[in-house]
Amino acid sequence: MSVEPETSPEMSTAEVCDAGYQALAAAFPGLETSVFRGQRRVVVPAASLAEAMRQLHQAGFDLLVDVSCVDYLEYRGATSRYGLVYLLANTRTNERLTVRCFVDDPEPTVPSMVPLWPSANWLEREAWDLFGIRFTGHPDLRRLVMPEEFTAHPLRKDYPLQGRGERHNFPVISREQS
Amino acid sequence: MAITAPQPQTVFPRQTSSLDARLELPENVVVSRLDELASWCRKNSLWPMPFATACCGIELMATGAARHDLARFGAEVFRFSPRQCDLMIVAGRVVMKMLPVLQRIWLQMSEPKWCISMGACASTGGVFDTYAVVQGIDRFIPVDMYVPGCPPRPEQLIQAIIDLQDKIQREGTITGREFDTAARQLQKRALTESGNPLTLDASRNPVIQRQLAAERSAAAVR
Ligand code: SF4
Repeated sequence: MSVEPETSPEMSTAEVCDAGYQALAAAFPGLETSVFRGQRRVVVPAASLAEAMRQLHQAGFDLLVDVSCVDYLEYRGATSRYGLVYLLANTRTNERLTVRCFVDDPEPTVPSMVPLWPSANWLEREAWDLFGIRFTGHPDLRRLVMPEEFTAHPLRKDYPLQGRGERHNFPVISREQS
Repeated sequence: MAITAPQPQTVFPRQTSSLDARLELPENVVVSRLDELASWCRKNSLWPMPFATACCGIELMATGAARHDLARFGAEVFRFSPRQCDLMIVAGRVVMKMLPVLQRIWLQMSEPKWCISMGACASTGGVFDTYAVVQGIDRFIPVDMYVPGCPPRPEQLIQAIIDLQDKIQREGTITGREFDTAARQLQKRALTESGNPLTLDASRNPVIQRQLAAERSAAAVR
C-alpha cells in the first residue's frame, strides 16, 4: 500500500491553501515541489534563495517558524550534504510552506533571513553553531549553545559522538586549591 | 524481685594520670576534644548547596520535602548562595558549559566544605557519553561521597549524608587539617592539570591518542 498523500482524496492538492506558493512558482518556474498532508514543500536552489524568500515575505508569509538543518552525509540517494529547512507561515490565511535549500562543503553558505524575519536570528545562530552553516548578512553570527571557545560543529555527522576531548579540557581543582 | 536504685556510674573511665585523678567534674559537664566537638557541630548542621542540573534534582527535592524530611539529619537548610553552604550536592549531569560554573561555585564555598556526587551522571556521566557531558565531576573537583543510582532514591541520599556525617566525625578537625592530605587527593586525580583550559591537550585527547596509536601500529607493520 502506497502512502502517497497526493492520491488520497482528503489530501488533494485542490484543498491545499497555497496562493503564496503559486505566486512563487510563477516567478521561479521549475521548482521541485510536493504536498504532504495538505502542506506544500518546495526546494529552492541556494542561488535564488534570497530573492524567493523576499517574494514569499511580500506574499504574506509573516512568520518564520523554524530554521533547521540536516546533514545528509552518507545518506542514501543524497546529492548535497546539508539541507536547510525553513518553515514559513502566513498568519492571516493559515498557509504554511516548507522551503528547503541544499548547500555543500566546503563553506556551506546561504543568505541570512534576519532582515526579513527577526526570528531567524537565534535560529540561524543555532544552525551555525551545530552545523557550521554560514549565513551571510547575519548581524551577530556567534555560537548559540556551545561554549564560545568550542571549535567544532558537533551535529555534523563526521564529528565523533564523544567529541575530540573537549569535555576533558578543564583545570582540575584539588582539595588544596579550594 | 527487689528493685535496686541505679548505681552512679562514671561515664568517662578514669585515667590513672595524676591530673585526671584530681579532676572533679560537676554535674552536666562533659570533657571532649575540641576537634570532636567541632566535627559534632558541623556534621549535624550541614547546609547543602543544591547544584541540581537534571532529573536527580527532583529526587533531591523529594529528600528535602516532608516525607523524607532531611531536617531529621540537620541538613534541611538548602541555601542558594555558596557563601552560606558547606555541602555541595551535585545532582544531575554537568555539561561542558556548566563545569566552569560548578568550579566557581565550589571555590566560592567557604571551608570546611564537602561534596556529594549524586547519581550516575554526576559521578561518571551516566549514559550520556557525548561530547558535551563531563564524564564525572570528580575529574575536576574533589568529591567525598558518591551516590549510585539513576536516580538514587531519597533513602540513598540520606544514607550518603549519614555516611558523610560519620566521615566528618571521624576525621574532622577544627582547623580543617584533614583536607591537607595530598596523597588522598592524588589517588582521585585520573587527569593531570592543564595550564590553559582552552587549549586542546593532546595527551588527554582520546581521539588524537587513538589516531597516534593507529599510526604507530601502521609504522610497526611497515
Ligand atoms: S543519574 Fe539518572 S536520574 Fe540522575 S541525572 Fe542522570 S539520568 Fe537523571
